[in-house]
Amino acid sequence: MASLRCFLRSGRNAVSVILRREFHKTSPAALQVTVRDALNQAMDEELERDERVFLLGEEVAQYDGAYKVSRGLWKKYGDKRIIDTPITEMGFAGIAVGAAMAGLRPICEFMTFNFSMQAIDQVINSAAKTYYMSAGLQPVPIVFRGPNGASAGVAAQHSQCFAAWYGHCPGLKVISPWSAEDAKGLLKSAIRDDNPVVVLENELMYGVPFEMSEEAQSKDFTIPIGKAKVERQGSHITLVSHSRMVGHCLDAAAVLAKEGIECEVINLRTIRPMDIDTIEASVMKTNHLITVEGGWPQFGVGAEICARIMEGQAFNYLDAPAIRVTGVDIPMPYAKILEDHSTPQIKDIIFSVKKTLNV
Amino acid sequence: MQKMLTIISNVLRGSASRNGTRVVVSARTYADFTPQATFDIKKCDLHRLEEGPPQQAVLTREEGLQYYRTMQTMRRMELKADQLYKQKIIRGFCHLYDGQSLTDSSQEACAVGIEAGINLTDHLITAYRAHGYTLTRGGTVREILAELTGRRGGIAKGKGGSMHMYTKNFYGGNGIVGAQVPLGAGVALACKYQEKNELCVCLYGDGAANQGQIFETYNMASLWKLPCIFICENNKYGMGTSVERAAASTDYYKRGDFIPGLRVDGMDVLCVREATKFAAEHCRSGKGPILMELQTYRYHGHSMSDPGISYRTREEIQEVRSKSDPISMLKDRMLNNNMASVEELKEIDVEVRKEIEDAAQFATTDPEPPLDDLCNHLFYNDPPIEVRGTNPWTKLKSVS
Repeated sequence: MASLRCFLRSGRNAVSVILRREFHKTSPAALQVTVRDALNQAMDEELERDERVFLLGEEVAQYDGAYKVSRGLWKKYGDKRIIDTPITEMGFAGIAVGAAMAGLRPICEFMTFNFSMQAIDQVINSAAKTYYMSAGLQPVPIVFRGPNGASAGVAAQHSQCFAAWYGHCPGLKVISPWSAEDAKGLLKSAIRDDNPVVVLENELMYGVPFEMSEEAQSKDFTIPIGKAKVERQGSHITLVSHSRMVGHCLDAAAVLAKEGIECEVINLRTIRPMDIDTIEASVMKTNHLITVEGGWPQFGVGAEICARIMEGQAFNYLDAPAIRVTGVDIPMPYAKILEDHSTPQIKDIIFSVKKTLNV
Repeated sequence: MQKMLTIISNVLRGSASRNGTRVVVSARTYADFTPQATFDIKKCDLHRLEEGPPQQAVLTREEGLQYYRTMQTMRRMELKADQLYKQKIIRGFCHLYDGQSLTDSSQEACAVGIEAGINLTDHLITAYRAHGYTLTRGGTVREILAELTGRRGGIAKGKGGSMHMYTKNFYGGNGIVGAQVPLGAGVALACKYQEKNELCVCLYGDGAANQGQIFETYNMASLWKLPCIFICENNKYGMGTSVERAAASTDYYKRGDFIPGLRVDGMDVLCVREATKFAAEHCRSGKGPILMELQTYRYHGHSMSDPGISYRTREEIQEVRSKSDPISMLKDRMLNNNMASVEELKEIDVEVRKEIEDAAQFATTDPEPPLDDLCNHLFYNDPPIEVRGTNPWTKLKSVS
C-alpha cells in the first residue's frame, strides 16, 4: 500500500498539482474535490443561503483570493458581499466584529493566521469575550478563517501554527479541517454558528483532492463542531492529530500495518471544544497514545491532550506514557533540508510508535 | 432667616406647605412659560467643510426640561458611584463621567447633546467611560449602579462591570481603547448593508486618538462611505498625559485628514446637538464618515484612583470649573428666558435625587450573582456544555 507523493507548492498564483494518495473508501465513480474547492463550495452555499453572510479580507474579491479559495465569488455576489480590504488587519478585523454585533454574519479572512497577530485583540477581546461580558446580551456570529501553520519555503514569520494560541481562549470555537469533507462541513457549521469561530486551514492541503461522498455534496451537509472522527480503526496504539498531520499519521499507519502494528488514527477536527471522550474511548481500547501536531511543543495541542488523559479515566488504561510528536522548538528555517526537519515526518511518527510500543 | 424666607415665599405663593411635603402647585401656570427660545451658540471650527452647523439653536421648554433632567441624573449617578467606590462597594475600575462636586464642569453635555442629535434606532459605541451613554441609550440608573456593585440585577448581570455595559443599539463599554473605533465602523457597515438609513456614532478620547487602528478605520470608512460619525471627546488629558505631550497634532478634528471635521464646544449641550444633527445629515445623505471633536474638560482624575492633581494645578481646575458647567449653562438659559421656574427645576432635582437613592439602595442590597451563573453565557444558542473548574474533579455547567 505504498503511496507516491509529490509535494505540491501552492503559492499565490497557484495551479494545483495533483497529489496521488490511496483512499480508505473505494468508490470508483466518486467525486474528487480539492480542499480549496470544498471551502469555496461551503462559502458559496452559505452566501446563497443567508444574505447576511459576507466575506472580507485582502485580495478576496477581484484577485479571487490569495490562494484562490474565494475564486468566482466576487463575480457571482458583487462588491456588497465580497469585500477587498486594504492591508489593515486590526482595522478590518474590528470592522468585521462590529458588523457581526450589528446583525450581519461576516467571514473575515486572514491571508495567513500569522497576520492575525496584528488583529488578535479584536478576535479575543472584542469577539470571544463579548457574549460573556454582556451576560448574553451581545452575540458575535463571526468566522475568522485562513491558512495556518507551516507552508513550504516561506520562513519563520509566515509559518507559525496558532492552534494552541486560539485554542486557549474561552468564548472561541476553533476548528482545524483536514480533508475536503472536513473543510466543507466544518466551514458551513462555522458560518451557521452564532458564535466566533476560528477556522485553521492549511495552505499545503488546498490542492489535495479527496473523495467527496454524495452526502457531503448536499447543500445542507454540515459536520458538528466539537466532534472528532476516527479515520482508521486500530487496536495497538492511538494516534491523535489535526489538519495536515492526519495524513502523515495515516501514511505512517499504512507502513506500520505491514509490520503488524495497527494504529487507530483520530482526526480531531475541532481544537476547541476538544472531543476528549473519543480520545479516551480509543486509549481505553489501545492502551497507548501519541499526539501528532505541526505546532511547537510547549503549551501545545498535544500538551493539552496528554494533561486531560492524565486527569481522566483513560490514565488507568495506559501501558506507557502518552507522548507528543510536534514541530521542532525553533522558528521555521528557510532552506529545504532544514525546513523538512522542522516538522514531523512520517518516519518520526513511526519511530515514536515503535518506542512507545517498545518494539 | 431661612425660616422667614420660607414663610414669606409660602404666603406669596398662596399655597400651604408642611414640613417635608413638596410644593406642588405654583401660582404661575405653564401658560406663563416661554414655549421655546433661540440661542446663539459658538461657531465650530471646520475642516474640509464649506459650511458648518447653524450658529443658533432653538430649544423648546420640553427639550430643555428633558436635557436638564437627564444631565442631572447622569451627574448624580456618577457622584453616587464616586461615593460607593470610596466606600469600597464598587471595585476595580470606575471611570466617571463627571467632576468632583455639583458645581464642576464635565462631560454630560456630550452624551445628552449627541443623543438629542440622533435617534434611538441609530447606533453608538464608546470606550470605558461609558456610564453616561448607557443611560442615554436606554439603561436605567438602577441597572447601571447594580452592575457597578456587581449584583445580579446589573445590566450585564454583574458579569461585565463598569466597562462592559450594553443595551439595544449600544455596543458598550469597551476596555481596550481604540478597539471600539473599528467596531463602530463595522456597525456602520451593517447599517449601510441593511439599508435602514441608520448610522453609528463612534466615540474615543484624546488619548486613544493616536491609535493606529483608528487611522485604519478612517481609511476604510472613507473608502466605503460608511455612515459613521467619529467623535473625539477631548478632555485635554489622556490619564496623566496632557494632549501636548501625547499628540504631535492636537487638532483632533483634522486628524481624519481626508475626512471632513468639526471642532465643537463640548460643554454646551445645544452646540453638541446641532453639530450632531449636522453630522448625522452628512452621513445619511451618503457622503460617508465625518469627524467631530468635542472640547470638554475633566475635573476629576482619570479614574477613582487618580486625584488629578499631580499633573496639573488646582488653580487650573478651579478656573475652568467656575467658567463653564453644562448643567448651570442650561439652567441659566432656561431661567433667563422664562422657560422654567426655579421651583420646577428644584422639583426635578428632588426627583432625580430620589431616583438615585432608590437605585443605590437596590444596588447595595440586591444579591450577588448566583454561583451557577459563573460559566453561563459562553456561547449563544448552543446546548449546555461542561466547563472545567479549578481542578479536574470540578465540572461546572454552562448554558447559553
